[in-house]
Amino acid sequence: MIIRTLFLAVALAAAAAAALAQEPVGRDWVATMRLDALTEEGEAPRMPEVENRDLRRVRNYPEQPPTIPHKIDGYQIDMNFNKCLDCHSRSATGESQAPMVSITHFMDRDGQFLAAVSPRRYFCNQCHVVQHETEAPVENTFEDIDTLLEREAAGGQD
Amino acid sequence: MRSRIRDLWRTLREPSRFFSLGFLVVGGFIGGIVFWGGFNTALEATNTETFCVSCHEMHDNPFEELKTTIHYTNRSGVRATCPDCHVPHDWTDKIARKMQASKEVWGWLFGTIDTQEEFREHRRVMAMREWARLQANDSLECRNCHGESFMDFTRQSTRAAEAHEQFLVSGEKTCIDCHKGIAHRLPDMGGVASR
Repeated sequence: MIIRTLFLAVALAAAAAAALAQEPVGRDWVATMRLDALTEEGEAPRMPEVENRDLRRVRNYPEQPPTIPHKIDGYQIDMNFNKCLDCHSRSATGESQAPMVSITHFMDRDGQFLAAVSPRRYFCNQCHVVQHETEAPVENTFEDIDTLLEREAAGGQD
Repeated sequence: MRSRIRDLWRTLREPSRFFSLGFLVVGGFIGGIVFWGGFNTALEATNTETFCVSCHEMHDNPFEELKTTIHYTNRSGVRATCPDCHVPHDWTDKIARKMQASKEVWGWLFGTIDTQEEFREHRRVMAMREWARLQANDSLECRNCHGESFMDFTRQSTRAAEAHEQFLVSGEKTCIDCHKGIAHRLPDMGGVASR
């Protein structure tokens, strides 16, 4: 009985070790953000740079909040001041040549258009974010509507 | 009292009776050096960040805000201290600013800004005073480090390069016109042109 239990334990341990050894490590394998053994202190990855090329990026679907193509380090957004609106407000666009905040942002919850950005749309980076110069840790299989329509027109599935 | 003042005045007007001319000249010269050295040392001592943040109102409010900005911590470790931006470097202007600053000593003595709430109440007035000063001297304290003719626009982002070319080089605007609130938080900006 004892021998059988011991044998089982050893077999199990060997199987577990083999499984651990086969586990892929690196960017393709993101079951957890922690890739080091529990007993080890991992090295923190370098913080990636913010993309600062001032080139607008394509939206994946029409409703997508456009991503910010520049750095926003230290931008103040509080009840006193909104640094984003400093360039993107209606009155500022002539001088800044920045895209104006969408008119949808002037609408309150009852669909009424206000004179300026509605308080519920005031905090820009609730939706609009910068992008970093780094590889995505997870593969994204999203396809936009044009791709889907084209595929259907070509007689494919989905 | 009056007779004593008259006596002193008479003594000052008369030639020296006990001290030789040489002693007075050399002594006056040495005394002058000591006095001027002491004056300048004291002046420079009040022109340091340590002195500025020795008051709790400066230490807990503007200095805390500065710490999060690029003028305090950055990749190369070059940083600006309080007087770099708030006190002119040229002697005459510096003395003028120091005389104005005596009003701030008054504020400190009587506790004009004792709490963070009071700091926020006064923030707009103080900020506007600094903006006006920098607008009047063409952002001199910025330009002490940031020379427009030494800016490599090709190393700037497109946005920054275009704005600098259009507004800075043409002289249409000065640094502070666009770069408000870079070292401290901004007050309520209603009615203030922040560009």
